[in-house]
Amino acid sequence: MTLSEVVKIDGVAGNFSVSVKESPRYVDMTKCIACGACTEKCPKKVDSEYDAATGKRKAIFVKYAQAVPLKYQIDPNSCIRLQKPGACGFCEKVCDAGAINFDDTEKMHQINVGAVVLAPGFETYDPTEAGVWGYGVYKNVITSLQLERYLSASGPTEGHLIRPSDGKPVNKVAFLQCIGSRDENLCGNGYCSSVCCMYAIKEAVIAKDHVPGLQTTIFYMDMRTHGKDFDQYLERAKEDSGVRFVRCRVNGVETDGASSDLRLRYVNEHGRQIEEFFDMVVLSVGLQTPKHVLDLAHTADIKLTADNFAATSDFAPVQTSREGIFTCGAIAGPKDIPQSVVEGSAAAAAVADLLAPARYELTSEASFPAEKDISREDPRIGVFVCHCGSNIAGVVDVKAVEEYAATLPDVVYVERNLFSCSQDTQEMIAKRIQEKNLNRIVIAACTPRTHEPLFRETLKAAGLNEYLVEMANIRNHNSWVHSKNPEAATAKAKDLVRMAAAKVTFGDSLKPIAVPITQKGLVIGGGVAGMTAALNLAKQGFGVHLVEKSDTLGGNALNLKHTWSGEHVPTQVAKLIDKVIWNDRIIIHKEHTVTAVEGFVGNFRSTITGKDGSTKVIEHGAGIVAIGGEAYIPSEYNYESITRVVTSVQFDKLFELKEKHVKQAKRFVFIQCVGSREGDHMYCSKVCCTHSVQSAMALKKESPDRNVYILYRDMRTYAQREALYRQARKLGVIFINYELHGKPKVTENGSDIDVEVWDHVLHRPLLIKADMVILATAIRPKEDAADLGKLYKVPVDGHGFFQEAHAKLKPVDFSTDGMFVAGLAHYPKPVEESVAQALAASARAATLLSKTQVNLDAIKATVDENYCDGCALCVDVCPYNAITLIERAAEADRAAGKLITVNKAQCKGCGLCQGTCPKRGVLVSGFTMKQISAQIQAALAV
Amino acid sequence: MSFEPKIVAFCCNWCSYAAADLAGTARMQYPHNVRIIRVMCSGMVHPEFVMDALSQGADGVMVLG
Repeated sequence: MTLSEVVKIDGVAGNFSVSVKESPRYVDMTKCIACGACTEKCPKKVDSEYDAATGKRKAIFVKYAQAVPLKYQIDPNSCIRLQKPGACGFCEKVCDAGAINFDDTEKMHQINVGAVVLAPGFETYDPTEAGVWGYGVYKNVITSLQLERYLSASGPTEGHLIRPSDGKPVNKVAFLQCIGSRDENLCGNGYCSSVCCMYAIKEAVIAKDHVPGLQTTIFYMDMRTHGKDFDQYLERAKEDSGVRFVRCRVNGVETDGASSDLRLRYVNEHGRQIEEFFDMVVLSVGLQTPKHVLDLAHTADIKLTADNFAATSDFAPVQTSREGIFTCGAIAGPKDIPQSVVEGSAAAAAVADLLAPARYELTSEASFPAEKDISREDPRIGVFVCHCGSNIAGVVDVKAVEEYAATLPDVVYVERNLFSCSQDTQEMIAKRIQEKNLNRIVIAACTPRTHEPLFRETLKAAGLNEYLVEMANIRNHNSWVHSKNPEAATAKAKDLVRMAAAKVTFGDSLKPIAVPITQKGLVIGGGVAGMTAALNLAKQGFGVHLVEKSDTLGGNALNLKHTWSGEHVPTQVAKLIDKVIWNDRIIIHKEHTVTAVEGFVGNFRSTITGKDGSTKVIEHGAGIVAIGGEAYIPSEYNYESITRVVTSVQFDKLFELKEKHVKQAKRFVFIQCVGSREGDHMYCSKVCCTHSVQSAMALKKESPDRNVYILYRDMRTYAQREALYRQARKLGVIFINYELHGKPKVTENGSDIDVEVWDHVLHRPLLIKADMVILATAIRPKEDAADLGKLYKVPVDGHGFFQEAHAKLKPVDFSTDGMFVAGLAHYPKPVEESVAQALAASARAATLLSKTQVNLDAIKATVDENYCDGCALCVDVCPYNAITLIERAAEADRAAGKLITVNKAQCKGCGLCQGTCPKRGVLVSGFTMKQISAQIQAALAV
Repeated sequence: MSFEPKIVAFCCNWCSYAAADLAGTARMQYPHNVRIIRVMCSGMVHPEFVMDALSQGADGVMVLG
């Protein structure tokens, strides 16, 4: 349901009644084929929201080229006809599909659901009102979102960076960070938006790629690149791309008048006042909750935080204050894409937990007629040529194509359709297949990427194997791109039909492969992430084996006292352990490790070995790796020789026990980034800034006359944690910035510890006499992570953390199907992110485990035993480890030797094996050598 | 008549074939003498296909992935 908004949520968890208001689209979605004729004719141009007003759109439009559903809509506020009845109406006249409906009206829907997920997102801060940056006044001051559009190939300038004021090329750009973030004065958004540092760096690097010689400067307060691989990106931006970073908050932008250049005044790292000119200034605008989302929160009756984000618990990060209503994404705090995607899956897991009893209630099995065996029949090809309204027929002489198709070998039936994809045509095609006894089908229409699934269903409905259809793409690859040359387009259409017919002639009936699933999960690691995942899977109804190396559940969380928001960790962890222990579906294997693995998705057999050497074999369909991380034991800052130099975790214990040295001490120095963000460990440990700030605050609250210093490189109290940083400063904690080249020196001097550091404000060395030094030590991966990775064929990255399949698209999946990752094993992260990731991994695993079998596409590699000689060239190139070399017994006319075998469950049908095989010993069904050769031959036949 | 080359292009279903689809959506005009053959990965293109195409009269072969 698009253009729809929730106006009321009545009821309780498990039984909500939701009122949804659907605004009129004025375009019938069932008829619109997104040909674009309407938008071409529409005379009304307005600012495009998608292009952040850098470009225009029409009154009838799709928001962007990849929009889903790809259907047009009319903006009633700008449409001439809707504003003035009787006027214009061009779109209606040119729409061959008859999809325009000016009489469309608002509709109300009443939906009964068991749970609600709120994912309304955010808006970027609008810097117009603040005034000081000249946004909306000086044309060359733009927002980061506008720059994004200027740099895009599909943007208003097709990726060319030019000045909006005069169209001149840009040579010098300044990025101003924290516009609408970390700023209570101008906008009231005290929090950090979390994503702007990283996107500004990315934009600066991309802009430099677009414009050789472009100078880019990022003015920032703290560089918050705390995500996975972000610090390495930051270093590359500095070292390789030459992006300049200046630590200074610029308070305003001025213009020099005549040339529209922009003047910035700032204080540089040497404390000097500088005035510098730029061609363009980019405002890195922050994220905030829009008014309509605040209304939605009110409608949903959920609690919000002081920063106007949905309030959630760190141990239930997608659960709102109202039971049955969940969140994901930026509604519950500013966050980046990977974390939003993780939360999307996490919300699904939370819903699946709540609604587990109702699973399968709404599923229905599709039924198809029995499939005809065509293996003994000669090919009888039917060709259907689509007009696509005027999209094809307006350029291509479809009648000529129809006549030509009839002359092709084995073609016994040809027909033209106005729209081959329409429901009535589908039924007609199915009827023709039966009437004319067709056994191969060619659809000359649009792209198989969007429409092949539809035609496959039609074949199935007609009792024909779904793989016996081939599409000739005479629209996207022909009429649309050769519209100025109808004659050539018609000739090309004939060629494309001939190629499709040649290929489908050699098509076979293919059977999708069904792989049975063992409906049990294995979770490796009994920390917060592992336990959360195990518990969620169990509550969804699946049996779970939880394997823990040590003799205790709880993991690293056992060392923690409070989450950033102040929740008591020991209480929550104790509750979690209790739930896990008392859940009948969870079998806990303490003091066990995984030592051997066989099988593949749906069918793993993992051997676990106990401390005593005894082994057990666990059969499971999916696995979640949550083995955690460990604290770095430092060698720097004389940690080993000075007893009052301690790590954060040690300090927490001493503080909690009110140890006398801590109790009496008056001077504390925290040193950040110990073992993080340098050398081979170029990553941020993410939790240490917040942890030190909280410890410092506790010290100050206990005794305000203490001197507490935090020596930091970039204070990374991201998102709503920024409030803690603010409070700490108010309490009098002193923050001193140091750079990597001027690391603090710690020495013992009688009863004092001397800490020397370069003061960034005074620009001279500073000696702090301390009673205690606390090192914020890094989080390291587990030493045995890589070994476990090898067993499951899942990789670890250069730092030793597990590598997900795709940072954004598959943040908890491994490239090996059926295996997932969560928690510190993936990257350092705070409790709520570990919990969200664990829920996400559980949701992903449950999509597998909820089925008794998985049906896989039939486009798979198949071995031709007549030709395969076991040379094994394909084994190495297969990216999915799907091919193994096996022994081949001697036969009448052949000596014993080797042969490959393809695991169809692992094969993705990419055909690297086929491309590599010198003997035609392995073929991909649906794309065999014969089929492609026939296509080549047909392509060049005329 | 001027020389009109015949080009055979092998396009990966997941990237270049999709890109050719998008070129259509964006109505970008390009020379008509290219014939696209869809493959599931450019790695699927066997050297024989390239030889086949050239020997049967193609003036150029593109493998796009």
